[in-house]
Amino acid sequence: MDNDTELRLGLPGSVEVKKPRETPQKRSSPDCISVEDDNLDRPSPKAQIVGWPPVRSYMKNNFYSMKNKADMAGKYVKVSMDGAPYLRKVDLKNYKEYKELREALENLFGCFSLGEILRMDGKYTMEYTIAYEDKDGDLMLLGDVPWEIFLSSCKKLRIMTDALGNKDREDSK
Amino acid sequence: MKVQSAMFYFPEEVIEHIFSFLTHHPDRNTVSTVCKAWYKIERLSRREVFVGNCYAIRPDRAAARFPGLRSLTLKGKPHFADFDLVPPDWGGLAGPWIEAMARSCPNLEELRMKRMVVSDESLELLAHAFPNFKALVLVSCEGFSTDGLAAVARSCKSLRELDLQENEIEDRGPRWLNSFPDMCTSLVSLNFACLKGEVNLKSLERLVCRSPNLKCLRLNRAVPVETLAKIMNQCPNLEDLGTGSLLADQFSEAYVSLISALQKCKKLRCLSGFWDASPLCLLAVYPICANLTGLNLSYAPTVQGQDFINLIQHCVKLLRLWVLDSVGDKGLAVVASACKELQELRVFPSDLFAAGPATVTEEGLVAISTGCPKLNSLLYFCHSMTNSALITVSKNCPNFTRFRLCILEPRKPDPATNEPLDEGFGAVVKTCKNLRRFSISGLLTDQVFYYIGKYAKALEMLSIAFAGDTDQGMTYVLNGCKNLRKLEIRDCPFGDGALLADVTKYETMRSLWMSSCDISLRGCKALATKMPSLNVEIINEWEAEMEENLNNGVAEVISNNNNKHINNGNDERKVEKLYVYRTVGGPRTDAPDFVWTL
Repeated sequence: MDNDTELRLGLPGSVEVKKPRETPQKRSSPDCISVEDDNLDRPSPKAQIVGWPPVRSYMKNNFYSMKNKADMAGKYVKVSMDGAPYLRKVDLKNYKEYKELREALENLFGCFSLGEILRMDGKYTMEYTIAYEDKDGDLMLLGDVPWEIFLSSCKKLRIMTDALGNKDREDSK
Repeated sequence: MKVQSAMFYFPEEVIEHIFSFLTHHPDRNTVSTVCKAWYKIERLSRREVFVGNCYAIRPDRAAARFPGLRSLTLKGKPHFADFDLVPPDWGGLAGPWIEAMARSCPNLEELRMKRMVVSDESLELLAHAFPNFKALVLVSCEGFSTDGLAAVARSCKSLRELDLQENEIEDRGPRWLNSFPDMCTSLVSLNFACLKGEVNLKSLERLVCRSPNLKCLRLNRAVPVETLAKIMNQCPNLEDLGTGSLLADQFSEAYVSLISALQKCKKLRCLSGFWDASPLCLLAVYPICANLTGLNLSYAPTVQGQDFINLIQHCVKLLRLWVLDSVGDKGLAVVASACKELQELRVFPSDLFAAGPATVTEEGLVAISTGCPKLNSLLYFCHSMTNSALITVSKNCPNFTRFRLCILEPRKPDPATNEPLDEGFGAVVKTCKNLRRFSISGLLTDQVFYYIGKYAKALEMLSIAFAGDTDQGMTYVLNGCKNLRKLEIRDCPFGDGALLADVTKYETMRSLWMSSCDISLRGCKALATKMPSLNVEIINEWEAEMEENLNNGVAEVISNNNNKHINNGNDERKVEKLYVYRTVGGPRTDAPDFVWTL
């Protein structure tokens, strides 16, 4: 069956992790028109008319600062690790990219490792897999989508270990 | 003969007493024109004056006529100044008015100003000149700082109301709150929601502690939940609350405190603020929702989806609701099912900077009209609208007095039929006999103006943008709308023919604004010549820019002697911005360079 030889990230026999679907972005770029709404004419932001739409400049200025503040507010998500007695929380806004997040998680949960020193060298020889629960409740593998999109869709993080052993790792040594 | 002499000796006190029952300004204006005796009685007993255009009369004249004045309301810049169509330094100065009042009307107690430029010096003068001063309300004003506020707080010993709505205030630090008198204050209403900077929280708490009469308190975003909870505990009689930042972690002390404080406020009827509101903090609000009559969520983009629905479904007595369009048609459907008493709805666009997906459409509006038949005031920003929806809405809600619909894309037709929206808006004017204020948008031909002229007999204010085909459109309106007071037009193909169709009409109106239309200098000059009782002003920014560059960026307000520009021969030039208004004050003496009075 194709499934066995299918290139996956994770240990053989580990839990099946769904790939992210091709979902249309909720905030599409101004130039692209989503398939569902063909007759929706989106004015390009370049054609900005002075004083239009007729919203008080006071409110317009507030939107700007509201957007920025929303960007600045922390985004705390729970992090669970299989086998750990309690969960932790991280502020995703503290990190600019996946590497930083992985390092931070390692620092948080390092004490719960199975005695091994885990290194983030970007290669998939880890003992564990990091997954996250997205807005739809699906368990997704960390790292597939661009960071910003991950930021907006991640609800929870889950560090999954496989205590049964890791054939791949032994082989790669 | 006998009757005549009896009337001649009718005691003034009695006439004055009768006049005191006339609260409507136009009525008082009318009685003052009956005869000299009544004019005199009326002017000496007049306590409230409303000046809809601060340039319609000279401040000295107004102050001299009404020496017993207690309450003055002033409006400055044209409405379109809200949308950056009027250059800065255009005018609308409060200084001359406050000075005139200080000279002639020492009993002044209330001053309400909208779209005016107020300086700190003027506020200082105000604070010292009127010993009984009680209420200062500033809406969309600018030119002052927190120092001016400090002066008012410090010196107006009987201050009851300090209401700052959407002003541009220079923030010079949080000290101004300390300026209120140390002993009990008489504050009933305090609104500083538009202040952008930090607030001294301890000062705020102390101020609230010594203001036992406080009924309305609107905080700014800098006030956290902890302080809000403390304040609420001090004021269980609060009727109108504007929260600060409603961000709190679950089960934090602040959050728990807030819940218990809110539950004690049995008189709370009006809520606003909700900055950064977390869903948790919204939960705290549920217990008081059932008594709310007013709710303003227009600064709370975080309150959407299910959070909004959970909140609004409790608000069964709501009369006024202001929201962002991010609540969606779905949210509006819940409003329609829960808020049966709703009278006023405003739906603002939440995303001005990126073209996102449409979040409210005609569906939401139709749902509201079906569920809320008492609706009489609407401001609705949406991406599209259909004729059939508008027809349905007007059938469901014939009581509209204010109807403003803004379709975000100019000149957009009905997407279902590709036709103009003439019939839809026509249905509104046909059905809503009491319509006083109307704003229209989308693809519109002269036909909609035909309907407006024919049916909108009670209309007082009309705002038009990107509409019409020929001069006939504007002419229909000028000829038909008997009660028209304010007409503002932008980006419409109306030219000199329309402008000059009925020049005496403008004397019956407060003002006319036309920008980016098809009028020429020649037409404007003709109007000025025919109607000397009007100020015909042209705003010409291009020339002003050149002047500014020459003066190294120093823009001076000098007296108007721009004859060289006006009479250099080319009268066919299109006029970019025209502002016409009736006045007894003559041409402005404070007009800046770029404003030419013809």
